[in-house]
Amino acid sequence: MSASPGMLHPELLDQHDTDSIHRHGHRLDHAEGASKPLRSHREPQPRGAKIHGNRPVDQAEAAARFIAAPEHEKMHDERLWDLRQKRDREMHGIPEWEELRSLASAIKEHTLTHLDEYLEQFEANARSNGVHVHWARDAAEHNRIVHDILKDHGAKSLIKSKSMLTEECGFRPYMAAAGIEVIETDLGERIQQLDNEDPSHVVVPAVHKLRTDVAEVFAKTIGTDPDNSDVHYLAESQRESNRPLILAADAGMTGCNFAVAETGSVVVCTNEGNADLSANVPKLHIASIGIEKIIPRFEHLAVFVRLLSRSALGSPITQYTSHFRGPREGGEMHFVLVDNGRSERLGLAEFWTSLKCIRCGACMNTCPVYRRSGGLSYGATYSGPIGLIIDPTFNARKYSNLPFASTLNGSCTNVCPVKINIHEQIYAWRRELVKRHEVPFVKKAAMKAAGEMLSRPAAYRAAIATADFALAHLPRFVIYNGLNAWGKHREVPHPPKQTFHSWYQANRGDKR
Amino acid sequence: MRIGLFIPCYIDTFFPEVGIATLELLDRFGHEVVYPRDQTCCGQPMANSGFNADCAATEALFVRNFSGFDYVVAPSGSCVHHVRANFDAIEQTAEVKEVRARTYEIVEFLHDIQKADAFPWARFPHRVGLHNSCGTLRALKHAKPSELHEPFFSKPMDLLSKVDGIEFATPARPDECCGFGGTFSVFEEVVSTKMGYDKVSDHARAGAEYIVSADTSCLMHQQGCAERIGVPMKFIHIAQILNGASA
Repeated sequence: MSASPGMLHPELLDQHDTDSIHRHGHRLDHAEGASKPLRSHREPQPRGAKIHGNRPVDQAEAAARFIAAPEHEKMHDERLWDLRQKRDREMHGIPEWEELRSLASAIKEHTLTHLDEYLEQFEANARSNGVHVHWARDAAEHNRIVHDILKDHGAKSLIKSKSMLTEECGFRPYMAAAGIEVIETDLGERIQQLDNEDPSHVVVPAVHKLRTDVAEVFAKTIGTDPDNSDVHYLAESQRESNRPLILAADAGMTGCNFAVAETGSVVVCTNEGNADLSANVPKLHIASIGIEKIIPRFEHLAVFVRLLSRSALGSPITQYTSHFRGPREGGEMHFVLVDNGRSERLGLAEFWTSLKCIRCGACMNTCPVYRRSGGLSYGATYSGPIGLIIDPTFNARKYSNLPFASTLNGSCTNVCPVKINIHEQIYAWRRELVKRHEVPFVKKAAMKAAGEMLSRPAAYRAAIATADFALAHLPRFVIYNGLNAWGKHREVPHPPKQTFHSWYQANRGDKR
Repeated sequence: MRIGLFIPCYIDTFFPEVGIATLELLDRFGHEVVYPRDQTCCGQPMANSGFNADCAATEALFVRNFSGFDYVVAPSGSCVHHVRANFDAIEQTAEVKEVRARTYEIVEFLHDIQKADAFPWARFPHRVGLHNSCGTLRALKHAKPSELHEPFFSKPMDLLSKVDGIEFATPARPDECCGFGGTFSVFEEVVSTKMGYDKVSDHARAGAEYIVSADTSCLMHQQGCAERIGVPMKFIHIAQILNGASA
């Protein structure tokens, strides 16, 4: 680079700049700048979107707060981008990758269009394996069913592995109110539980936290040293505090990655082996299963297992792929099949293929908006690109802003292992929300005005007759929310001497 | 060939030099280029915000302006993608379908239709970072996106490689979105500008003097971001380089 370092923005400075003075391996900038208070300043963890009942979640506001915490934002962006790069490397190791994606998509589409048959097959096979099968219409019914099972067994404590479905159902708050202690066995999910915060990512639920944030949470909840943020120390301390709770628990619960109709069995993929703990330590195992998790045959698993962890974390396979087929001797196994809006979604012509999702999180890892916003900015169970197209099916008003939290760049669609056309569905949701009148009036009025102006050449020409006038007014008709949104954090374009139109009139005016 | 020149509103207003370069470039290949004077916009700003019905009159005007040409060519990937993929607020008559199918972005026109194999008038002895805008990369399929396991190809790279003296700088995240995203740029201005800062910084670290793209809107956003944070970067549309711009 030719410019001198003094001219450059700090982000551009080469960290190995040979001109700079170094001491003890640290760059020496300025005496004051290099001095530090005795206890180093800790950037507070930015919290998620503010929820006001049914009112539209303001994702942009929460994202701005996340970006205002640069240590968090930088770590989050780089960590998830790293996962995306690892995913790319794994993909390049599989010559038939695109074929696998097509196959996975076809299996899911076939299953979803024959869902009733496969669900009944799954139920019959599970029952013949000695499993109790329950059907839950919605979240409330799911929670009630699980509660009833626990009551029948006199269970007071429940260990569970990570499950987005139980997040969807508001399961932990329900059980807390019912006086049943729930203990998460996934490390990241346990961190989130102890911090009383939702997971921010479907696979790595505490990815938005720095290790110093975790040290703070653990210091408050399990009594670790607040100044020790060594990851091994933190992980070991959590293990020491959680293991006795696991061993003493009355009941165990897991989610489900794949429910195989042919065998009536449930497959759970983890990297910590915690599903096995949750399912096998207590005598009672309850698995919550979203009805879209069905795959027809055991052999189909091969397709999905090859795609899942490669897409999610860029590893060839999860450490544990656990199969649960029936209760052990003296134990009981319950499957709760949950609809919670899925049947309705299946009937939406433009959006039903979102049910193909296998919750790998690849779309989140690749999403440039998600990486810079943090998952909690979405204020919903599902964040990132997949969240933008699923959340509005739960509550179109509350999540009406989410489909606009996208540049429609399409990277999500390209990484999706089951080929959901995510960015096209985001676009379609925008149309849908306008049709359902779930957009602000000011936006509606501005777009109507823009449409009228842009369809009348004379009015349009008058509006941008001079570049200065255009600078002042162009944002008003192509943009609805005020003049300063463009210029707050970036410069406005420099007005040229004349528009193309007037140049053409002057130089090529003879042609028509 | 008789070509209708489509100059989107941003280019008309702020970047006339991009329109001029496109026009001259098409002239050089001996086409009859017509600029319909009554053109305004393709309707994308309203459509991307979900207001499809508000696009109808603008779309009808677009079809009136651009009907009957062999091709309609524009120096903007996202506008062309809009016309081709989402331009459906009006009845899809044979005429409308015809106009949509014949609308091309300048790079794909030169690469696929013109099959241009030399730009002897062009010389650009500079290090450029190619910004593959999302509209051209993933929507119009100008090049292989990094997410897919497919053979490498790049139409803009093919064309630029024929320009004498040009060198390429490769950023660490070559096809990450720059954050413009149409109305996203104001609806989520903080995320949008952060993405822009990261984008221009990535290109600067790779040693680019210029960022070159087939999408002026991305460049407008990136230029505003670079100026705000003091990144010394220049911006140029691909048509300008191919037309022989010297700097």
